[in-house]
Amino acid sequence: MESTLDIFVKAIFSENMIFAYFLGMCSYLAVSKTVKTAAGLGAAVIFVLAVTVPVNFLLENYVLKEGALSWLGSEYAELDLSFLSFIMYIAVVASIVQLVEMLVEKFAPALYGALGIFLPLIAVNCSILGGALFMAERQYSTILDATAFSLGSGIGWFIAIVAIAAIREKLRYSNVPGPLRGLGITFIVTGLMGMAFMSFMGIKYGKEAASEEAVPITTMIDNNEENNIN
Amino acid sequence: MSTDKKTSEPLFSKKNKQLITDPLTDNNPVTIQVLGICSALAITVQVSQAIVMSLSVLFVIIMGNLIVSLLRNLIPSRIRIIVQLLVVASLVIIVDQVLAAFQPDLSAKLSVFVGLIITNCIIMGRLEAFAMANKPWPSILDGLGNGLGYGAILILVAVFRELFGSGTLMGYPIFGNSLPGEESGLYAMGYQNNNLMILPPMALIITGIIIWVQRSRNKALIEEH
Repeated sequence: MESTLDIFVKAIFSENMIFAYFLGMCSYLAVSKTVKTAAGLGAAVIFVLAVTVPVNFLLENYVLKEGALSWLGSEYAELDLSFLSFIMYIAVVASIVQLVEMLVEKFAPALYGALGIFLPLIAVNCSILGGALFMAERQYSTILDATAFSLGSGIGWFIAIVAIAAIREKLRYSNVPGPLRGLGITFIVTGLMGMAFMSFMGIKYGKEAASEEAVPITTMIDNNEENNIN
Repeated sequence: MSTDKKTSEPLFSKKNKQLITDPLTDNNPVTIQVLGICSALAITVQVSQAIVMSLSVLFVIIMGNLIVSLLRNLIPSRIRIIVQLLVVASLVIIVDQVLAAFQPDLSAKLSVFVGLIITNCIIMGRLEAFAMANKPWPSILDGLGNGLGYGAILILVAVFRELFGSGTLMGYPIFGNSLPGEESGLYAMGYQNNNLMILPPMALIITGIIIWVQRSRNKALIEEH
């Protein structure tokens, strides 16, 4: 069993939303021209992920999963509503984004000024729905684990977009070959950053860390291969 | 199917043909419009996955464009994003259930990425930019063109990754048998698969190179900065 800290750190580094799963690439590429806007969008993603994934966790475990409705009475215990999960998740994400936008506007106008334009964009950001789908697929046992995962993913996304924005600001002064300028070089730089982030793979945290033996590098690659194919 | 159409414009007029051919080359959704990269690259380890993913997206984008185009005068503009999301989500549920029923292995391999078609920016982008403002038939063609353009890049990246990463195409060995002890073909001469190709970063780098090649062939596409 993975510890909560393990899940958190893994979500930030080795299973980074951008570098390992390419989630949220569209806004990552579109809004990474300056560090300031990138940080704004990154903060909004952390915020929305940290709110929506726990809500979807409750929905998954108490409404959608096979047998999840048993708390209503034994006649509902047989129901399996999991085919509705996509539409429920996206509805939850869209409505929470709307709700968060209204709440932030009312109670924290300064924050709204900083995040405001990004919040509506986020409803269709792949990383938010991806967070909910990964949460359902990996079947985290407690809401604490699910929250650690969502917070970690958000922070990982934030780090990725701020880093690429800083690199792109510097790239403006370099002599990139014409056809690679803009999109092309951004892809290649992201790939190189992804390789750097892969070096976090296989690190263990928490209690079991001391007793685990060192994993040989070949099995690490094999494991990763399986992860990718699966 | 063309007989009952009463518009003056022929069904495959030059303009309509362009709707299909443009996204394949100079207006490719992935390399030029920068849409739909989100879930695309993670499933390019094997060509077969890439093909299934392309077909799923093709179905969703054509049907989504058609439905939204038919509904375009009924959708209040304030809630159009939610309506579009619901249309797309329902279509994706159909795809997911069909895949799970007839191709359970592939469905398990694609895991969350079928669900992520919902937030694929290509689909939302085409619904918003094209289907909301055009008649059903051009919308279908637009969906067809963009779906094919997306699939072309996806399959191209997958061919490179599977060929050099695993030495196979569609699961068939190309370079000979790579099992240790019974190598044949290129492997007998000391050839090794490039494990790096299977890792996620290479998908980005290959896409970067495809963009590079495309833009050096067509200088008009080069960005200022």
